[in-house]
Order: sequence, then C-alpha cells, then structure tokens
Amino acid sequence: MLELKGVCTYYGNIQALWDVNLTINQGEIVTLVGANGAGKSTTLMSICGAAALRRGEILFEGQPIHTMRPDKIVRLGISQVPEGRLIFPDMTVQENLDLGAYLRRDTRNIARDQEMIFDMFPILAKRRTQAGGTLSGGEQQMLAISRALMAKPRLLLLDEPSLGLAPIIIRQIFDIIRQVNKEGMTVFLVEQNANQALRVANRGYVMETGRITLSGPSDELMANPEVRKAYLGV
Amino acid sequence: MADIDWHYFLELLVSGVTKGCIYALIALGYTMVYGIIELINFAHGEVYMLGAFTGLIVAGVLGVMGFPETGILLIGGVVAVIYCSAYGFTVEKIAYKPLRNATRLSPLISAIGMSIFLQNYVRIAQTQDFLRYPNLIPDFAFLEPISDILRPSGFVIIVTSSLVMAVLTLFIKYTRLGKAMRATAQNRKMAMLLGIDSDRIISATFIIGSALAAVGGVLIASHTQQINFNIGFLAGIKAFTAAVLGGIGSIPGAMLGGIVLGCCESFAAGYLSSDYEDMFAFAILILILIFRPSGLLGKAKVQKV
Repeated sequence: MLELKGVCTYYGNIQALWDVNLTINQGEIVTLVGANGAGKSTTLMSICGAAALRRGEILFEGQPIHTMRPDKIVRLGISQVPEGRLIFPDMTVQENLDLGAYLRRDTRNIARDQEMIFDMFPILAKRRTQAGGTLSGGEQQMLAISRALMAKPRLLLLDEPSLGLAPIIIRQIFDIIRQVNKEGMTVFLVEQNANQALRVANRGYVMETGRITLSGPSDELMANPEVRKAYLGV
Repeated sequence: MADIDWHYFLELLVSGVTKGCIYALIALGYTMVYGIIELINFAHGEVYMLGAFTGLIVAGVLGVMGFPETGILLIGGVVAVIYCSAYGFTVEKIAYKPLRNATRLSPLISAIGMSIFLQNYVRIAQTQDFLRYPNLIPDFAFLEPISDILRPSGFVIIVTSSLVMAVLTLFIKYTRLGKAMRATAQNRKMAMLLGIDSDRIISATFIIGSALAAVGGVLIASHTQQINFNIGFLAGIKAFTAAVLGGIGSIPGAMLGGIVLGCCESFAAGYLSSDYEDMFAFAILILILIFRPSGLLGKAKVQKV
C-alpha cells in the first residue's frame, strides 16, 4: 500500500533520513521504533509531504506522492496524528473534529462517524463544547486520534501516541488502534515505547540515526537480542 | 469642575465611534493577515485608499448617467469591494508569496515597497490634489432631531460597519472556510496535515481583509467628502495602532481597538486640542507596546521550547 524507496530527507544541510526503505501492506499494523531523534517523525512528515525529499520516492498504491502537496496527500486517504497532538487550542472539541472531516462532503456519514468516535471515547462527547486547550494530555491524544479518524483515512499514521500518558490511557489508546485496524484501516505506528508497539504490530522496523537498521515480524524483533537490549530494557 | 456639557460629550463620542468604525474595518485586515502569516501588511492602508478612489470613479460615471444617489453609493461600494479584493489577492501573490520561506524582515520590506508603489501609482494615474467626493448619503428624516450630533453619513457608517463586522464574526465562527482560517492561524502545519490548503486560506484572508478596507474607504469618502492618494497612509497606520491596541491577531480585538482609538482621538481633540489628535493615537501605540504588548484582548504568546 505504501512504499518508501531510498528516501533521503534533509533539514537545511543536515541529512535526517538516509536511504530509508520501508513497505506497509494493506490491513497491517506496522511499527517504526527507535530512540529520540532517530528520524521517525521525519519519516512521517516525509510521507505527508511536509518535509521534502532530496532523493528517493514514496509510492502510495503505486502512485508517487513525494512531489504532492500535503493537502493532496490527505485527499488520497493518509492521515497523521502528529507528535505532540497539535490540537487547535482555542477551538472546541467539536470544531477540532469538524476540521478532521474538512475534505469530506458526505455530511450524513460524517455525523455517523462522529457518533462512532463518541462511542469509542465517551469523554470527548462530554467535552464537546470545551476548548481543545483545556483538555488533559490523555484527552488531547484521544481528540487527536479522533480528528484523524474523522478524515476516514485508509492509512493512519500515528506519531508517539503513548508519549507522556498514564499506563491506563496508553492501554486504551492501543486498544483503539487494534480496533480500527480490525475494521480495515492500515496503521503505521511510530513509537519510542517499543514494547507496546511491537506487541500490537504485525511487523516492525528499527531506526537509528536516520537509517533503518533492522526489520521483520514483531515477534522476531522482540526475540532479537539487540532489540531486547536497546529498546525493551531486558 | 463645573457642569459637564453632556451634549458636547455625546457629540465627541458619536464622532469617535464613527471614526472608530472605519479604523476597525481596516484594522480587521491587519489583524487577520497577521493572525495567519504573522506579517504586518503595510500596503493595507493603500487598499483602503483604492476603495475610496474606486467609489469616486464609479460615482462619476454613474452620476453622469443619472443614477439615484443611494444607488450610486451601493454600486460604488460593491465595485470597490470587488476591485480591492482583486488588489489584495494580487498584492499577496506578487509581494508576499515568493517570500513565504524568507526571513520575516523580507516580506515586511516588500510590504512597505508595495505601499509606496500603490500610492505613487494612484498619484500618477489620478492626481495628487484632493478630490471632492459627492454627498451620496440621503438625509434621513428620523435623524432630524439629533442632526447636530449624528450626521446621516455617520449613521450609515456605524450601521454598515456593525453589520459587516457581525457578518464577519458569524462567518469566522461557523463556516467551513472560517474554521479553516482559524485552524491555520492557530497551527498552520497541523491545518496542512488535515488537508487545508494554506495558500488558499492566505488568499482568502487577503481578499476578505481588502473587501473590508474597501467598505471603509467608500464610507469614509462619503463622510469627509474629499480624498487624495495619501489618505491610506495615516488611516493605515492608525488602523494598525487599533489592531495592536486590541491585540494583533484577535478579530474582536481589532473591532474594540478601532472604536477605543476613535473615541480616544475624538475626546483628545475635543477636550485638549485638535492639534493633538494624531499625536494622541501614536502615544497610545507607544504606551501599548511598552506596557501591554499583547493588547486589550490578545493573549500573551508563550514561546514553547
């Protein structure tokens, strides 16, 4: 479904990604784990068209998307829950959700999807008229995920959804990831929390200083001594 | 202190609010553009001047054709709005868009250049003398009893601006484009990730801001009944002051800032001396910048690390 081929991305003159190759198949949960600053978020921003590639290409269903504008890429069915959630702080929960569905015109289905989201996260229904900036960290993460889901993407990109959250909230968020995947959404999950991420994912990639160093099925990675030592703290 | 002359006070208040409405209309353009791309569009005052000129030209043509006055005012207003929107759109494309990724000083200098260009273009294409503007506003019978306080043109200015500002507020709050504009102002990158085309939002902001300035231009010209190529400069700087006073980036702030500035000026001129009118406006600008840089309704920006 998504394929990165030899992707090199720079910030100014600093190279952040080195020849990154990565494949995500329809229906999978794929994770990209790595330490802080390894280039995981840059990978997501490259996919979304928010960071320009110097070399390489990105194909979505066979179609090159690395030269497209970010809004066109969203239109194709790729949504991102960015690191730090980036909730619109002065807009209400409802308005944040409305903006998630910005590109959609099917009013009736939008209302239905929103009901589904309120079923998943009842707290958001309660907070509906509250400004996004007044929500707690966990609630903001739920809102960020919901906002991305409102776009009804086929590929959902998640950047560190567990960052800074209480374990009980993390569990809830990972349950939702499993659930939307079961309903047919392909998920690409970027995490520092390798333990959680590999447990939910089918396959994983390990990134170090802008390069993919390891890849394989999750259980294989979890059994790999290097991964265990570096990321699982065993 | 002796008796307060309430009549005089009211007169000053009404004239302050009238002027303030015009400042508010122009200030909205400054504040909206700043909210989206953090640029002070110094060419904005010129768009207001162009609005006044467009109104005058339309009035000239239609006047010869024998249109009724109210009709001329309405058509002049509509033409000015369309014409100035096109100007706002074009100015952004020519002077600011190529500098989107440049340092912040570059578009600012470009804005000043654009302002000088537009002024001199009108000076050459039209004239540098003051032009008389026809009185297009009818005498309303119901204003007769208070005619020494509120002139018909003042009445039209206050009513029209209030209406325009109410519509703008509803537009920003409820429409899809309005929400996208707010989202882009709050976090452009995130707005982009949701599929909002920021170039389109920026264009829309310039178009709306310019349309508001055009309304202000046509209204003020009918009020003062004379215009020249230079009226945009002072009005622009004062509206900028109003935007800063209200909190740059805040839409209700620009409205409030305009009215407050207009009243301050009017009272200063009425109770102290009219020589100090302009000085007073800029004294306010300096005081605000020193003591409350975030303005009346603006929020102090927290620089997150």
